[in-house]
Amino acid sequence: MSYHRPTDLAHALEIASQPARTILAGGTDYFPAKRQGQQAETVLDVTAISELKSLTKGPEAIRFGAALRWSDIIRADLPAAFDTLKKAGRQVGSVQIQNAATMAGNLCNASPAADGVPPLLALDAQVELASAARGIRTLPLSDFLKGVRQTALGPDELLTAIIVPTPPAGAGSSFEKLGSRDYLVISIAMVAAIIRQNADGRIDDARIAVGSCSAVAQRLRVLEADCLGKHPDQVAVKPDHLSELTPIDDVRGSAAYRLDAVTELCGRAIRKACGDE
Amino acid sequence: MNKLDLKSGTRFKLNGASVDVFPEVGERLSETLRERLDCRDVKIGCDAGDCGACTVLMDGAPVCACLTPTHQAADAHVETLAGLHKNDPMTARLAQQFEDHGAAQCGICTPGMMVSATALLREKTTPTEAEVQDALGGVLCRCTGYRKIIDAVMARPGLTDDPKGQVGSFIRRLDGAQKTSGQELFSDDIAPPGTLEILVIRSPFPRAAFVFGDIDTFISDADGLEASLTAADIPGRNAFGVIPQFVDQPVFAEGETRFRGEAVAAVIGTPEAIKALDPADIPVTWTELPAATDIHTAQSDEAAILHEGRDRNVMCGGFVQCGNAEDALDKAAVTVEGHFTSGFVEHAYIEPEAGFARMVDGRVEVYAGTQAPVMDLEALEIILGCTREKIRVVPTGVGGGFGSKLDISLQPFLALAAMKTGKPVRLTYTRTESMQSTTKRHPSDIHLKIGADASGKISGFSFFGAFDTGAYASWGPTVANRVPVHASGPYRITDYLARSQGIHTNNPPAGAFRGFGVPQSAIAQESLFDALAEKLGMDPLAFRIENALQDNVPTVCGQVFSQGVGIRECLKSLQPAWAAERKAAEAFNSKNDVLKRGVGIAAGWYGCGNTSLPNPSTIKSGIRPDGRVVLHQGAMDIGQGANTVIAQIFATALGVAAQSVLLVGADTDVTPDAGKTSASRQTYVSGAAAKLSGAALRARILERMNIADDAELRFEDGVITASDAGGTHRLDLAGLDPDQDGFVFRAEETYDPPTKPLDENGQGSPYAQFGYAAHLAVVEVDTRLGTVKAQKFVAAHDVGKAINPMLVEGQVQGGIAQGLGMALMEEYIPGRTENLHDYLIPTIGDIPPIETIIIEDPDEHGPYGAKGLGEHVLIPTAPALLNAIYAATEARITSVPATPSRVRAAIKALGT
Repeated sequence: MSYHRPTDLAHALEIASQPARTILAGGTDYFPAKRQGQQAETVLDVTAISELKSLTKGPEAIRFGAALRWSDIIRADLPAAFDTLKKAGRQVGSVQIQNAATMAGNLCNASPAADGVPPLLALDAQVELASAARGIRTLPLSDFLKGVRQTALGPDELLTAIIVPTPPAGAGSSFEKLGSRDYLVISIAMVAAIIRQNADGRIDDARIAVGSCSAVAQRLRVLEADCLGKHPDQVAVKPDHLSELTPIDDVRGSAAYRLDAVTELCGRAIRKACGDE
Repeated sequence: MNKLDLKSGTRFKLNGASVDVFPEVGERLSETLRERLDCRDVKIGCDAGDCGACTVLMDGAPVCACLTPTHQAADAHVETLAGLHKNDPMTARLAQQFEDHGAAQCGICTPGMMVSATALLREKTTPTEAEVQDALGGVLCRCTGYRKIIDAVMARPGLTDDPKGQVGSFIRRLDGAQKTSGQELFSDDIAPPGTLEILVIRSPFPRAAFVFGDIDTFISDADGLEASLTAADIPGRNAFGVIPQFVDQPVFAEGETRFRGEAVAAVIGTPEAIKALDPADIPVTWTELPAATDIHTAQSDEAAILHEGRDRNVMCGGFVQCGNAEDALDKAAVTVEGHFTSGFVEHAYIEPEAGFARMVDGRVEVYAGTQAPVMDLEALEIILGCTREKIRVVPTGVGGGFGSKLDISLQPFLALAAMKTGKPVRLTYTRTESMQSTTKRHPSDIHLKIGADASGKISGFSFFGAFDTGAYASWGPTVANRVPVHASGPYRITDYLARSQGIHTNNPPAGAFRGFGVPQSAIAQESLFDALAEKLGMDPLAFRIENALQDNVPTVCGQVFSQGVGIRECLKSLQPAWAAERKAAEAFNSKNDVLKRGVGIAAGWYGCGNTSLPNPSTIKSGIRPDGRVVLHQGAMDIGQGANTVIAQIFATALGVAAQSVLLVGADTDVTPDAGKTSASRQTYVSGAAAKLSGAALRARILERMNIADDAELRFEDGVITASDAGGTHRLDLAGLDPDQDGFVFRAEETYDPPTKPLDENGQGSPYAQFGYAAHLAVVEVDTRLGTVKAQKFVAAHDVGKAINPMLVEGQVQGGIAQGLGMALMEEYIPGRTENLHDYLIPTIGDIPPIETIIIEDPDEHGPYGAKGLGEHVLIPTAPALLNAIYAATEARITSVPATPSRVRAAIKALGT
């Protein structure tokens, strides 16, 4: 029962290897989940670890330290393909939430409605996991997210960074979020798209991911393939393109509505990523 | 308490000064600030980052203190509203802007709003409206409708406070400065840190049997637990209710619970012990029982009867009839009919229920937010089994009420705990506890048929509304009575039949919520009026004007007002906007295939005060020997502005500036009963009493000084100076004997509105006055997604006389925001939407510009002609929005909220 806020990673990994510790970053998911009478615990606060607070742009990849808050990412100077991520970040809760919550925490919390996941899937992001005993491993984000509130994070591991391979030069991106109100809203559905067009305007690279319509957000591979060689306004999104999705009925909307809306949102996301408003 | 473990100590800068604290593991910064560092200006609304009330700056960046581990504040600079107000001239200026615009109503969100705005203004001195919305999007407000907050942050020109402060003038709220500086004390701000706390044990099921184990041993074995409370601890009757014939709700359920969240017991202990207490460890055995959670199941043969003697779970009904509706419908040239439904709506004030109680000289004192202090006291008399001399109810600042804080909630727990332990106690509901256990707006299930003759005159109106009143009566009988009286809308209908029923279910009690069922019935009536106009080929506005009530025309209750019926003028005032906005929408739609705009209108009326029942207010005032004018203002200000409006009326009658009056609040030990803040009655009824009180005080002074009626009075240090045609006269107050209240002059006057009982057909004079309203809404519908975005409102309100036009606008904008929420997004589902991220209320991004048109058709009974306003506002909003959606899409939404899912389904059903 103690609160640890280490400043270096080695010390943090030592604490992480203790049993029954809770990892805390921005706290925006930690506190709402607290229950009356919950026993005190060992908390590992990762926000002071210097190695986790940097954003590094390399020739082949951009590395986001796990302690970066959404507002750090929104303000960072990044290529246009990251606009989808920034736009998602600006719709995570509110300014208050963005100033506290981390992108890494959004992944570790593994909500089906996590706003950060579709853009990062579209960006082919990888996550870097570290433990004192086994060192460092990297996993594609799609392998890290296992299900509702389930990840591949080991009991002694910390997520230390999100690594995004340099996206195709010249690609544009977009993020479409559907909710019942402005601000502070959990998505009914969302679509992230990163699209590159060739010189005559035909799509030659398409990455499209949908959130809130399955246990884990999904890339729409069939749709992506269908986009290739077409002008954005020639892309017609059809039910077949949505086979990866398994939406549910909940208070925010019915499953049928979600599929219907996603069809529209995908078309809009593709066109917006191509600069057509 | 504080472990002196230096390793876990946290040092940070708080409002410029270094502080050291020793937080528990995982302690929230909001708790540290409020309970360890006396920053009660940091408000807690949800403990989940959903409301933003607790916003503080951490190294300049706004964060929710409730989501910030105190340890993470190490070495940071934390700034709260009170500190910023003191240290940053920009925040102090912003406070002035907030006051000039009336941007703080109840004031509970004001710290969050102002701290967030400070962060924005530090980055950008002249932000755009969109930037203000982005910066403040994380702070919810339930009172203002946000527009005045935007105006204040953008430093748009505000009012110039009229120093005379008379009726009809813009003045700042008299209690505004304490709200914008973080000084106002709300219900959770009274208890000293370390006060014993109460945890209420609640039913996890809609209906359950339960048996207690050995609670006494559980308490005595646990460190820090002092006592428990169950039904067995209630010295008086284990029952409360707001209507004498329907007192049916237990403080603690006995044997069986009737709704999820119903209290069965409470545990009292130190803050540490209560924090560590897992409810599952308390020895209670639950057996879930079959429950009826909708009105149809509740009326079936299989359903258990919730209350003996209420067959088929029908609590009561209402009935109004005039002419012959069936005949008239048969004869009508056209008829329309429809079935309309709505769900539970949560009040969602940003301040959850909280309070403090203590024993003083053998009496129990209860400090809590309330809309009805004397009703609270009367309820406690029955529960505690003692006379009122033994009880003192001291209202705190109220962080929003909207009807729910008319009922007692935690007051009995506080009083019983203080009496049992003999020690001070406190209790603060969690957001979920507040949502589960307090009243809601009644879900409605309405069938309505309306006819018209070929000329467009209404011919026949047949209404049946069933309302889910939940597990207990609360204000359900009032809803059942009010709806048939109001379901006609403000129109002349000669052949009318309206029936209503309140049905018990195993849902939370439905009670009072701004409009008492009338917003629900207005959705049906105003939607069908549009359908009727369309069928007749008439313009919807012209159709309404044609059928609108006017002076000397009987209502459906046969009541005839010879004056003050302002609905036609309200409707007519919308004509320019109706023409212009429809033309603009048409132009927009001709260029857009996916986004479609529509313009809708709707009207409403609302009777002020109790329905055909006595409804008095008493206002006491006096002059102290030092010359200070004192007003005992017992009309609870829950944000709507009674402290200012009642003072303006009183001051005008006395002949002084409202700003010079010293207000004494609704403490039941010192202030007479000004009735409940309900039924839009305070401006009218308490205002009328305040006018009488001011006039009587003035008359006594004039008589004593033997001067003319038109004399001008001045109250200064111990002297009253009067100037009339005869010159200037002085009265030295030091020579007069003060009475037991310390007054040398005093007046105490009561006003009760003249009403007459309704007969078996609902014919009579239910209200002394009605207020009237008509709204125009412009929406934009994304036809592929079903999302609806309001673009603009024009709202015309006949208020008789606007005592303070700024406060009128505040009521209008706030009511529209609640109406929009009900129309588009709000539905409380027990067990599923028990927090403010699953239950959505409008944010600052959802409320478009609102133009308020104030119509003043004076009422003969109202003070200076004033009529009530609070509830009137949200009655037309929802149907105006639904009519606008129809105008945009041809999709008729008959079930609210009109969520994207529902709107899209309705559009798809058109097959276009």
